[in-house]
Amino acid sequence: MILILLILIPLLSGILSFAIRGDGAKTLALISSMVTLAVSAYVSASNFTQPLSFAHDWIPMLGTQFSLLADGMSSMLCLLTGIVTMVVMISNANKETESPGAFYGFMLLSQAGLMGVFLASDALLFYVFWELALIPVYFLCSRWGGEKRIAVTFKFFVYTFVGSLMLLAGLIYLSLQTQGLSSYAWADIVRAGSSLPAEKQQWLFWLIFIAFAIKMPVFPFHTWQPDTYEQSPTPVTIILSALMVKMGLFAVLRWLLPVLPEGVAYWSNTVVVLSVIGIVYASCIAIVQTDIKRLIAYSSIAHMGLMCAVAFMQSNVGMHGIMVQMFNHGINITGMWLIVSMIENRWGTRDMTRLGGMATAAPKMAIALVIISLANIALPLTNGFVGEFMLFNGLFRGDSPAQITIMVFAGLGIILGAVYTLNMIQKTAYGNVAEMTVNKDLSVNEYAGVAIIISIILFLGVYPKPLLDLTAGVAKMIVP
Amino acid sequence: MKAIIATTVFGVIMMFAGLMVNNKKSIATIAAVLFAALLGVNLWDLASTSANAADNLYFSKMLRIEHYSVWFNTLMTGCTLIYALLMGREIQRVGIHVAEYFALIFFILCGLYLLSSYNNLLMMFIGIEILSIPQYILAGSDKKNLKSSEAALKYFLMGSFSTGILLMGITLLFGAARSFDIMDIAAVLHTDALNPLALAGIMFIMIAFAFKVSAAPMHMWTPDVYDGSPTPFTAYMSTVVKAAAFFAFLRLFQVSFNTLSAHWTLVLAIITAATLLVGNVTAVFQQSVKRMLAYSSIAQAGFMLFAVLAVNKFAWQGIIIYAVAYSVATIGLFAVLVKLKDFTYDGFNGLAKSHPLLAFCASIFLFSLAGIPLTGGFMAKYYVLLAVVQQGQLMWLVIFALLMAAISVYYYFRVIIAMYFKTGTPEMSSPVTAGDKLMLIITCALVLLLGIAPQLFLNQV
Repeated sequence: MILILLILIPLLSGILSFAIRGDGAKTLALISSMVTLAVSAYVSASNFTQPLSFAHDWIPMLGTQFSLLADGMSSMLCLLTGIVTMVVMISNANKETESPGAFYGFMLLSQAGLMGVFLASDALLFYVFWELALIPVYFLCSRWGGEKRIAVTFKFFVYTFVGSLMLLAGLIYLSLQTQGLSSYAWADIVRAGSSLPAEKQQWLFWLIFIAFAIKMPVFPFHTWQPDTYEQSPTPVTIILSALMVKMGLFAVLRWLLPVLPEGVAYWSNTVVVLSVIGIVYASCIAIVQTDIKRLIAYSSIAHMGLMCAVAFMQSNVGMHGIMVQMFNHGINITGMWLIVSMIENRWGTRDMTRLGGMATAAPKMAIALVIISLANIALPLTNGFVGEFMLFNGLFRGDSPAQITIMVFAGLGIILGAVYTLNMIQKTAYGNVAEMTVNKDLSVNEYAGVAIIISIILFLGVYPKPLLDLTAGVAKMIVP
Repeated sequence: MKAIIATTVFGVIMMFAGLMVNNKKSIATIAAVLFAALLGVNLWDLASTSANAADNLYFSKMLRIEHYSVWFNTLMTGCTLIYALLMGREIQRVGIHVAEYFALIFFILCGLYLLSSYNNLLMMFIGIEILSIPQYILAGSDKKNLKSSEAALKYFLMGSFSTGILLMGITLLFGAARSFDIMDIAAVLHTDALNPLALAGIMFIMIAFAFKVSAAPMHMWTPDVYDGSPTPFTAYMSTVVKAAAFFAFLRLFQVSFNTLSAHWTLVLAIITAATLLVGNVTAVFQQSVKRMLAYSSIAQAGFMLFAVLAVNKFAWQGIIIYAVAYSVATIGLFAVLVKLKDFTYDGFNGLAKSHPLLAFCASIFLFSLAGIPLTGGFMAKYYVLLAVVQQGQLMWLVIFALLMAAISVYYYFRVIIAMYFKTGTPEMSSPVTAGDKLMLIITCALVLLLGIAPQLFLNQV
């Protein structure tokens, strides 16, 4: 029963928010996100004793149930969703938005959709939430975004919609292969999928994988991403990059790897190579960006590429690393976007050539920038290090020339990551002080948002055990 | 059976009402009451249909009233009731013969009831004619408008042409099976060696039905007719009437020709692919929302053809839920459309600001047509896809259809973009009353209910 609260609270407060005029919506959103976070913390904590689950009949004639399950991975991602949403609400507290009722309404609805995706243990339910998470984001980007928002968001929507439809066909096919009456329950889908002949698994693989690949995004399905991140308002960019791309990776771990083992085995090299190309390619492009938002967008492609490559290498430590890194990447990139939005707010531009001197003008902000950036390039004692170490450990499986090549190119991503990140710090924090439109260091709410992020970064950098414990069981289940 | 009699009587009552009542508004009210009564009669039929099939034969075995056909009738009558309530005022504005328009709709329903229950090819033919002829009149009912007359003439010529082809097919089939009874035909086709006469007959009948449901390449008449006809009647023609033709199509091919499906599946699959391609791609280039909806109805027909293609039990559920979901959403969208003066996309600019409720409802209808989950359109697409995937042979067509569905998002969302993200002050052709709003909300709720609990609408199948 508790689990359904994770979906209901944001859903109902989101709907309520549409009816509120003025700033009440902001307060409502803040309170709702705090309550949701508390519930998701409870859900995560109860994972150490007995994972929570919930089931109710939905459409019996289709063999689909409204069933939710919060295992380690799900509750970890729900916790991440809770934290990120709350931080967004906190740091947005002193900002004025046009028609706040609708804005916060859509934000909360997308949170409800995300929670549903992470919790669903029924394939059709998963699909429904997968789509529902998209619609509010579509409206958010198209209405509150930058100049080119409508065309860009539309591209994003069509891209993901194509993927979703393929996914639907794949899921229908799988459910018809289940024993007896068609069923969408996770266990039944896994049983049906993994007992299919290898040849069928091979083409089903693409039907299902394309949707996830577009969402993550894996090279060459990434072209929607930099434009969308750039054009979206920052709170939405955070939702997109910290949470929605995790949907893709999460779905690979939950709905692809166990379901089509032979299909995965057949195509894993292809996907790994694509991901590694994506890492190098995105890192190289990130180096030449002058817009900070685009730089972080490309760096995110590189990070997700690494996680995707490891997912298809199928090793236990790698799987575990992905789960840890999903959480850490979500936290770090939220921090990065917060800083970017503050920079944009103070200097009125995101162009690095016109920025500089943050360390003099706003020292607290500069410190935050440096810590978060260093976590983003996985410096030891930050949370990024733990995950990245495990990821590379998972990637380095044997010493054939091909595997070493992959390792080398993926490793190149770290070095290139350091290049563009340090370059960005140098250009924004040091040098001549650029003219500011608002001359002010961190305000109280911004301080609170950044403080939450940084304390998580440092805490998990020093003591990652709770996160590791939470996800260990699931990692073992995917790859024993 | 009672519904067939009732709708005929109600049609005649409407014509007399036209003589005796002068007030247009009262005529519309009488019509709405009669539609509601007709819905009641249908429910009575539903309750009294015997489980024993032999009891449900009428007119010397020309009609076989089955449970699912009565349920289809009920749902379509429900859609008609919603249509009458949403569009009542618009119908009054088309011309002076308001009572006749409603009477013609009752006769169309009579054709629909025959088409859902025929057991004999002659009855099917009569059903199609009863369904079509009132439409020719409705298409031309805006007499002062040249386009309306053009639509009526075009529709009539094309319609009679396809009727001729249908008769040709029936004749050939009779030559092969020596019977008009669809059960007998099924039995003969099942046992006999393959008869070329029968195959030719099936092809002719398929082409004639493709005309009626506006499947490519027999779709040419559709955009002009839908665009030229008075908007309220376009809404009816492209929804309930089309669904009836599909139901008849499915009934014949499922009951009589399913043993020969190996011979016609590929042809129909190509027709389906062509329909999806033409409908979706052409809709993208339209500037008028009304014309876009005409092409979208072709595109949606492509999906409904899936049900005919899949010769299995899911096909019935698929066609019924598709018919309802598509009809309700399209009628709702037309109800919003007729409130506007300008039917182009630009005419919708800024609707969300000036009429938030209209824009919200229109978005839900568009989501449904595009097949977004939790709307009826999703469940409809789901069921027809399920039917075809189950059939197993046509995965290429499924993938193709899904790509086409993604294209459809383009033109449906263009309306949403115009309403929500563009600025402007849309000109309204008539004020939006509280009654309109209430009906739109009910229709919206129905669309969502279809998406959340489709079993409520399929328990009877």
